[in-house]
Amino acid sequence: MTARIGVVTFPGTLDDRDTQRAVRVAGAEAVPLWHKDKDLKQVDAVVLPGGFSYGDYLRAGAISRFSPVMESVIEQAKAGMPVLGICNGFQVLTETHLLPGAMLRNNHLHFICREQKLRVESDRTAWTADYTAGQEISIPLKNIDGQYTADERTLDMLEAEGRVAFRYLDTNPNGSLRDIAGITNEAGNVVGLMPHPEHAVEPLVGTGRTDGLGFFTSVLKKLVNA
Amino acid sequence: MTLDTVKHAAETPDVKLPWAELGLKEDEYERVREILGRRPTGAELAMYSVMWSEHCSYKSSKVHLRQFGEKVPENDAMLVGIGENAGVVDVGQGYAVTFKVESHNHPSYVEPYQGAATGVGGIVRDIIAMGARPVAVVDPLRMGDAHHPDTKRVLPGVVAGIGGYGNCLGLPNIGGELVFDACYQGNPLVNAGAIGVMRHEDIHLAKASGPGNKVILYGARTGGDGIGGASILASETFDDTKPSKRPAVQVGDPFQEKLLIECTLEAFAEKLVVGIQDLGAAGLSCATSELASNGSGGMRVELDDVPLRDSTLTPEEILMSESQERMCAVVEPGKVERFLEICEKWDVIATVVGEVTDGDRLEIFWHGEKIVDVDPRTVAHDGPVYERPYARPSWQDALQADDANNLARPANADELRAQVLKLVSAPNQAAKSWVTDQYDRFVQGNTVLAQPEDSGMIRINEETGLGVAIATDGNGRYAKLDPYAGAQLALAESYRNVAASGAKPLAISDCLNFGSPEDPDVMWQFAEAIRGLADGCLELGTPVTGGNVSLYNQTGEAAIHPTPVVAVLGVIDDVARRTPIAFKEEGQLLYLLGETREEFGGSAWSQVIHDHLGGLPPKVDLGREKLLGDILISASRDGMIDAAHDLSDGGLVQAVAESCLRGGRGARLVVPDGLDTFTFLFSESAGRAVVAVPRSEELRFTDMCGARGLPATRIGVVDGDAIELQGEFTLPLSELREAHEGTIPGLFA
Repeated sequence: MTARIGVVTFPGTLDDRDTQRAVRVAGAEAVPLWHKDKDLKQVDAVVLPGGFSYGDYLRAGAISRFSPVMESVIEQAKAGMPVLGICNGFQVLTETHLLPGAMLRNNHLHFICREQKLRVESDRTAWTADYTAGQEISIPLKNIDGQYTADERTLDMLEAEGRVAFRYLDTNPNGSLRDIAGITNEAGNVVGLMPHPEHAVEPLVGTGRTDGLGFFTSVLKKLVNA
Repeated sequence: MTLDTVKHAAETPDVKLPWAELGLKEDEYERVREILGRRPTGAELAMYSVMWSEHCSYKSSKVHLRQFGEKVPENDAMLVGIGENAGVVDVGQGYAVTFKVESHNHPSYVEPYQGAATGVGGIVRDIIAMGARPVAVVDPLRMGDAHHPDTKRVLPGVVAGIGGYGNCLGLPNIGGELVFDACYQGNPLVNAGAIGVMRHEDIHLAKASGPGNKVILYGARTGGDGIGGASILASETFDDTKPSKRPAVQVGDPFQEKLLIECTLEAFAEKLVVGIQDLGAAGLSCATSELASNGSGGMRVELDDVPLRDSTLTPEEILMSESQERMCAVVEPGKVERFLEICEKWDVIATVVGEVTDGDRLEIFWHGEKIVDVDPRTVAHDGPVYERPYARPSWQDALQADDANNLARPANADELRAQVLKLVSAPNQAAKSWVTDQYDRFVQGNTVLAQPEDSGMIRINEETGLGVAIATDGNGRYAKLDPYAGAQLALAESYRNVAASGAKPLAISDCLNFGSPEDPDVMWQFAEAIRGLADGCLELGTPVTGGNVSLYNQTGEAAIHPTPVVAVLGVIDDVARRTPIAFKEEGQLLYLLGETREEFGGSAWSQVIHDHLGGLPPKVDLGREKLLGDILISASRDGMIDAAHDLSDGGLVQAVAESCLRGGRGARLVVPDGLDTFTFLFSESAGRAVVAVPRSEELRFTDMCGARGLPATRIGVVDGDAIELQGEFTLPLSELREAHEGTIPGLFA
């Protein structure tokens, strides 16, 4: 048996088909979910992929957060369903307050696309169990609104509770506070990050590395063993 | 003001119309009157003026472009040729690929961000109009002097515009170029290319057939942006005395375009569309007249039904508006409801604005009155054709006589080393990652190769590994010295780049950027370049599938260098066999393929060291290019080489530097017998590449080259962390990297 992993398409979502592919490469079944549809189609986990939903003309993720599908995602996330937000998906998750903080425009004001080295800080989330804490991985990063910010108290809390899931290594590409690339909620089922694991699952395409595959195998193992 | 209806026009033959302001010449206006048998209405005049503009009608270039149709190589890959929105090529396994390069030069100078952004938007709509899913974009750019203050205005805006639009569409940007030259100061070239993939059976054409079928306008509302852009912006030389043309540049909305892509592809998938056309230059005038004239001819359009952003627009303005992100589809009545449902799903506004009729007239109505009644062919296809006078420029001989081979060469090893560093750090040879890192190259998850590789490569089938590659090239300096050879060198370089990546070149698209066709010197450059390109394509067996001509790239008397940009599309059966440029494995042997001669005319060395342009460009030997390409493809397929890099501007040393930096490995080089060090490093002889061969494959590889008559000379080995030219100098990679990668951010970041 395998798990059903939903991939949401908002208007302006770009990485939905790539994410579906990553889910399949990991061995799970990818289930397309539509923003106007509250029905999660009995999926076991949900990925909110990257892109520019609603063009990011307001604030990244600010409109998508109110879509019908998000009502169900929020409800299920609170009940423990694994949810991963990548890039624009991470921005949506902060807008829903499932994850704290917010994203600002990159400190250099440009879109940046590069291979980014990260340290996996926590292997205790639903999406990182296949890594070991401290492991260094390299996956693509591509965004213009990627500067993670939160107030000092929130940042201290995230650090104290071990909820900083990923940190930028070598260079901080966008001015994110404390080099934070991704975080998790308290329960570890909801994870958001700016870089793109779904672009690093096959040796031939993207960066030619498969460092991102662990996100999808992690959640698959958890779901299948549950 | 009374509405200028067809009836009113017939009754008031003496009314003066502003044909000159709309860009028509007097004889052209007379011709319109002749065709109609009366004076045109204001709306008709608007249509003729935009459709007969240089940009839309190719009136100065047509007589030369015909050669692309006459000198067609035997090639069974062509599925759709010149004349449609974009050409289509068979790449095997039931897949067809459509690709095209277009210019957005003038708008990008006026308003760099929006000009460049809407250039991406336009080319992508051409691709979806063929029925294909866009899979990648490329952006060949030519800018003024890198150190000129205005370049700091134009380039960052253009790059941000391309990124802002393309990134938001979810299309990987996998290639292109960036060249600086003072000749482009007032006329930067912003060319945009796109590739799309579809199944053979999904090809769609711009054709309105079947009386009773509905004409649906969908996408963005029509506004006042870009009115007259086609006729005024693209067809006249800039002149400081005229008012600012800023309002004539369109404003892009990539989010709307992304919805348009998805909604169009969904409608295609359900076979709801009879014919389709995107709205680009000349907007509705172009879409309706082209759809009608490519079909049976008859169409009736109710202009009142066009959704407007600005309710005060006049019918003429609605017809001329170049508002972006709009498409026009012809749909059978029974399928209209479903088509509209799909549009609604994607929150795209869609409106039935007309229908295909029995007759052969395009009739457009406003408030119930007929304001256009024309034979659409006279608008779309029967525009004026000019045999512009042309003559070899009087200065051409002197330019060619000013031989670059006579320039002072480095006197010793220290000078040689200094010149290498100066070359690799010059703006044209320096790394362009500051630009390309602002583009998403990973989206869609199929990018196999992207800049700075020799070609961009996209996987199109996950199971079989089938892929396509594209490279764009064009060297205006070569073309200035000899436009015929220059065009062929652009073709040869692009062909070589695709082959170096392991893909087999199939077909080309081009973007021909020149000065004013009213200048006989420029017209001669244009005629020569076309002749060269057509002859070259015939010899290489790569047909021209379509392209774009951009004229009037001229400020006052000064035209840009003639700049034919060629995009070659190739196919690779299995992307696992692709060849990257990086030297990665210590101990691999470096071979130089092809012949190196003393050829420095138009070279990067002559530009960087001596600020010189003169002499003759490198000799063209397309038979040799073909052989080199065949060897590179075979070697890649059979695993005989691990890296390959074509040699072009900057010569061998530039290529080796790029491959070393890309792989993070050094190289020890030895000057081969019969060559002097300087020529070995800097010559730009065409038909060459450098490859890295695993020792185990050396014999097999050299045997193959020997058997097929391709000179292959061992020039060194991948080794260490420096480029060491034996007996001459050593350049640590760290020093090289700093020089090569620091320039562009230093100028523009």
